[in-house]
Amino acid sequence: MKIFTLNYKLFVLFSLFFVANNSVAQKDSSSIKRMDPDTSKLNMNLDAVYNRPFLQMGKIPVALGGYMEVNTNYSATDGVTEGFGFQFKRLTMFMSSTITKKIKFLSELEFEDGTKEINIEFAALDFEMHPMLNLRGGIVMNPIGAFNQNHDGPKWEFIERPISATQMLPATWSNAGFGLHGKYYQSNWVFGYEAYLTNGFDESIISNTEGKTFLPATKGNRDRFEDNFSGEPMITGKVAVKRRRVGEIGLSYMGGVYNKYQLDGVIIDDKRRVNVIAVDINSTIPKTNTTFVGEFAMVSLNVPTAYVENFGKKQRGGYLDIVQPILKRKMFGWEKATLNLAFRTEYVDWNVGNFELTGTKIYEHVFGIVPGISFRPSGQTVIRFNYRYQWQRDLLGNPAARTAAIQFGVSSYF
Amino acid sequence: MKKSYITISSFALLIFAAVSCKKLMPPVPEDEEILAGTIPGLSPQQELEHLKGDENFGRIFSKEDGLGPVFVQNSCANCHIGNGKGHPTTELTRFANVNGSVVDYLLTKGGPQLQQHAIFGYTPETLPTEANVFSKRIAPAVMGLGYIAALDDQSILNNADPNDANGDGISGRPNYVDPTDFFSPQSIHIPNAGQYIGRFGKKAEKVTIQDQVVFALKQDMGITSDFDMQDLFNPQNGINTGDNVADPEVSASFVNSVVFYMRTLKAPPRRNADDADVKAGEQLFTQIGCASCHITTFTTPQSDIAALSNQTFHPYSDFLLHDMGQLLDDSYPEGSASGFEWRTPPLWGIGLAKDSQGGQMFLLHDGRVNSFEQVISFHGGEAESRRAAFNALSQDEKDKVIEFLESL
Ligand code: HEC
Ligand code: HEC
Repeated sequence: MKIFTLNYKLFVLFSLFFVANNSVAQKDSSSIKRMDPDTSKLNMNLDAVYNRPFLQMGKIPVALGGYMEVNTNYSATDGVTEGFGFQFKRLTMFMSSTITKKIKFLSELEFEDGTKEINIEFAALDFEMHPMLNLRGGIVMNPIGAFNQNHDGPKWEFIERPISATQMLPATWSNAGFGLHGKYYQSNWVFGYEAYLTNGFDESIISNTEGKTFLPATKGNRDRFEDNFSGEPMITGKVAVKRRRVGEIGLSYMGGVYNKYQLDGVIIDDKRRVNVIAVDINSTIPKTNTTFVGEFAMVSLNVPTAYVENFGKKQRGGYLDIVQPILKRKMFGWEKATLNLAFRTEYVDWNVGNFELTGTKIYEHVFGIVPGISFRPSGQTVIRFNYRYQWQRDLLGNPAARTAAIQFGVSSYF
Repeated sequence: MKKSYITISSFALLIFAAVSCKKLMPPVPEDEEILAGTIPGLSPQQELEHLKGDENFGRIFSKEDGLGPVFVQNSCANCHIGNGKGHPTTELTRFANVNGSVVDYLLTKGGPQLQQHAIFGYTPETLPTEANVFSKRIAPAVMGLGYIAALDDQSILNNADPNDANGDGISGRPNYVDPTDFFSPQSIHIPNAGQYIGRFGKKAEKVTIQDQVVFALKQDMGITSDFDMQDLFNPQNGINTGDNVADPEVSASFVNSVVFYMRTLKAPPRRNADDADVKAGEQLFTQIGCASCHITTFTTPQSDIAALSNQTFHPYSDFLLHDMGQLLDDSYPEGSASGFEWRTPPLWGIGLAKDSQGGQMFLLHDGRVNSFEQVISFHGGEAESRRAAFNALSQDEKDKVIEFLESL
C-alpha cells in the first residue's frame, strides 16, 4: 500500500513535469533556454548534482533536466545465455530552483528497470552562507568515492556501472540528513569538502539473500528515509583537491552503526559499525586528452562471531577507466562530435581474509575488463558499444565462472 | 568528411561483427568437467521441475525467511558447492553421550547436531558438557543420487555378508533404521522388524532422499517444513526461543522440488575412461579387492521416473556398513552403526572433488586427508588386507590405481 501511494505521488509529479514542459513549449518555445553545464569553472565531483544540462523556461524560476539510458544485452556465463534482450536501465529527472538568492533546491527522481524501482535519489535544500560554508538538508547523496555523486549515465563511456560501485558500495546511495559543504579557490587549485550526518545502514547488509556482506541490501529498506535503523547517525565526509589541467583526487569516509543494539531501552547487542574509506581520482593528460577515472574503496565491518564466514568482515574493490578520444571533429553534421576508445578494469573482493578452521584464503571475488567504443554527437549524448569479460570465483576459489557480454546502448540528457 | 564516414561505418560494422560472433562468449565447459546437469531422458516438464529444485537447492536463507535461529549454514549449496564434495570450512558436528551401551543424543541439550551459528542477536549453541562423543563430517557430492534411491533393497542385501560367510574378510551389513513419520514404503523396500535399510548419509542412517532433505533443512539450516514443523532453538537460551517466522518456513512443494532435483542430477561423468593406464588401474582396483566394497555396477528396477528405470550405473559402493578400524573410529553411533562403522562412499565423481573443494582434495568423512594414498593408508578393519595388497603393488601399479581413481 505504501509503495502504491508513493508510486502515485511520483506519477503526479512526473505528469506535472511534462505538462509544465509542454504547455510552456506551446506558448512560447523560444523562451526555453538550454543551459549547458558550465565547464569553464573548476568543477569537482561534489558539484555534479548541479553541474548538469537544464532547461530553463522563460522567467519561471525552475529548471528541469534529466537523462535516460537504454541498451541491448547479450551475455553468457560459461556458455549458457539467457538470450538477447533490451534493457531500459533508467530514466532520471531533475528539477532545480533558486528560491531566493543563495537558497537552492534540487531534486532527482529515478525510475530504474522500467518502474520496478522508483527512488528519490536527491532532494535537498542548499543555503549558501559563504562559498566555504553551505548548509544542505534533505535527501542527500553520501559522498563516498566519486561515482555515487557523479553517476549520470551520459557522463560515462560504459553501459554498466562499476561493479564495486553497485555491488560492493551501494550506488546510488542517498539518505535523509544534514551537512555542510564548501569550496575554496586558490589560483589553479580548488579545495572542497563535504560532511554529512544521515541515516545509515541496517542489518540487511549481512542478513540478506545474497549470502555475502552486501551494503546495497539496505537500499531495499523502504523505511530508511524516515527511520534510522540503528538509532545512530552515520557520518560521511570527503575532502578533495583539484588542479586545473591536472585532475582531482578525493578521499572519503563513511561509517556508522548498522545494527539495532537497543530495543525499548534494553541493550540487546554490541554496537556494530561499518566503515568505508575510498579514494577517487580523475585526470586528463592535456597532450593526448587521455582521461583516467578511478576509484578504490575498502569496507570493514563488525560481523557477529556467531555468524557464518560467508559474510565478509572486509571488502575491497575499485575500477579504473581509461578513455582516449581518437576523432574530434564534425561528423554527420554534429559540430563537435567525438569518437572514443575506452577501457575499464575492475575488481571486487567481497570477503577479504582466511577461513578460521582451515586458514585457507577466502575468495569470493570478481575481476572484469571492458573494452569499448563510444561516439558522442555532443557532450550530452553518448552512443556506446561495450564488450565485457569477467571472471568470478566462489568462496573456496574453485574454477572461475566466466561471463562475457556484448552491449550496445545510448544514454543522453534531455 | 570522408574520413568520418569510414570511421563510423567501420564502427557500425564492428558492432554487427561482434554481436554475431559467438566466439566472444566464454565456452561451455566440457560435459565431463561439470557436476551440473540432468540424467538423460527427462521430459521437458521434468527438466523444468529439476530447474525449480535447483533454484531451491541454491536458495540462500536469511532471518526473514526463517533461517535459524541457530544453524550451520544458510544454503544447501554452501556445503554442497556445485553439487560436488564439500570443504572442511562447512563441516558439521554431531554429538552424543555414550555410556557403555547407553546412547543419549542429548536432544534436550541441542543434540544431535551442533548449530554453531545464529541469526542476529541470538546466541549460538555450544557443545554441552555432557557430550563425550563427536562426529565431524564434510558434505558428500550429491550427484547421481536418483539411481541410488531407485535401487531395490534386495540389490543391496545381495552384497551383505555380516558373518563373512564367503571368507573374503569383508562383512558388510545394512544399517536398519527406524523410518521417519512421513516415510511411505515403496515396492523396493524390504522391512525388518519395522525398520528399513538406510542408504544415505555417511553411516547410512537415512532411508530416502526426502528424509535427508527434511533433516538437512532443519538441522543444517533451522528451516521447518510441512514434514517437520518443530523449529530449532538453543536450549541454552531457554525453551522455544527462536525466530519469528511462522512455521512451516518452506512448503511441501519446496521440499519435493529439492528431492526431485537430487533424484534427477546426472551421474558424475568420467574422464579418460579408455586410457590404457586407467584401464589397467581399474583392473588392479578389482584385483586387490577394493571392489569388494566399492562395488562397480548396479541396475535399477522399475521407477516412477522413467529415466531411472532399468538403468545400469557405476557408483563404486555397496551402500553397506563396514568396520573400518581404529583410525576411522569416531565412537559416534548412528542407527545400528557404531563409531568404527562407515558406509562405503560411492567413488564416482571423486576425480572432480578438487574442483569443488577449492583446488585441493579433502577426503574421508571429515576431510582429514588430501591424497588417495593417504586415504588408503587409513583403510583398516575389514579393509586392512586391501590396504596391504595396495602397499604390495609396485609404484607403477599404484600410480595406475590412482589414475583410475582420478578418472572417476
Ligand atoms: C552444513 C553443511 C550442509 C548443509 C547446509 C546441507 N548439507 Fe547435505 N550433507 C552434509 C553432510 C555433512 C552430509 C553427510 C550427512 C551424514 O553423514 O549424515 C550431507 C548429506 C546429504 C545427502 C546425502 C548424500 C549421500 O550420498 O548420502 C543429501 C541428499 C543432502 N545432504 C542434501 C542436502 C540438501 C537438500 C540440503 C539443503 C536442504 C543440504 N544437504 C544441506 C552437509 C550439508
Ligand atoms: C571394507 C570395505 C572397503 C574396502 C575393501 C575399500 N574401501 Fe575405500 N572406503 C571404504 C569406506 C567405508 C570409506 C569411507 C571411510 C571414511 O569416510 O572415513 C572408504 C573411502 C575411500 C575413499 C575416499 C572416499 C571419499 O569420499 O573421501 C577412497 C578414494 C577409497 N575408499 C578407495 C579405496 C581403494 C583404492 C581401495 C582398495 C585399496 C578401497 N577403497 C578399499 C570402504 C572400503
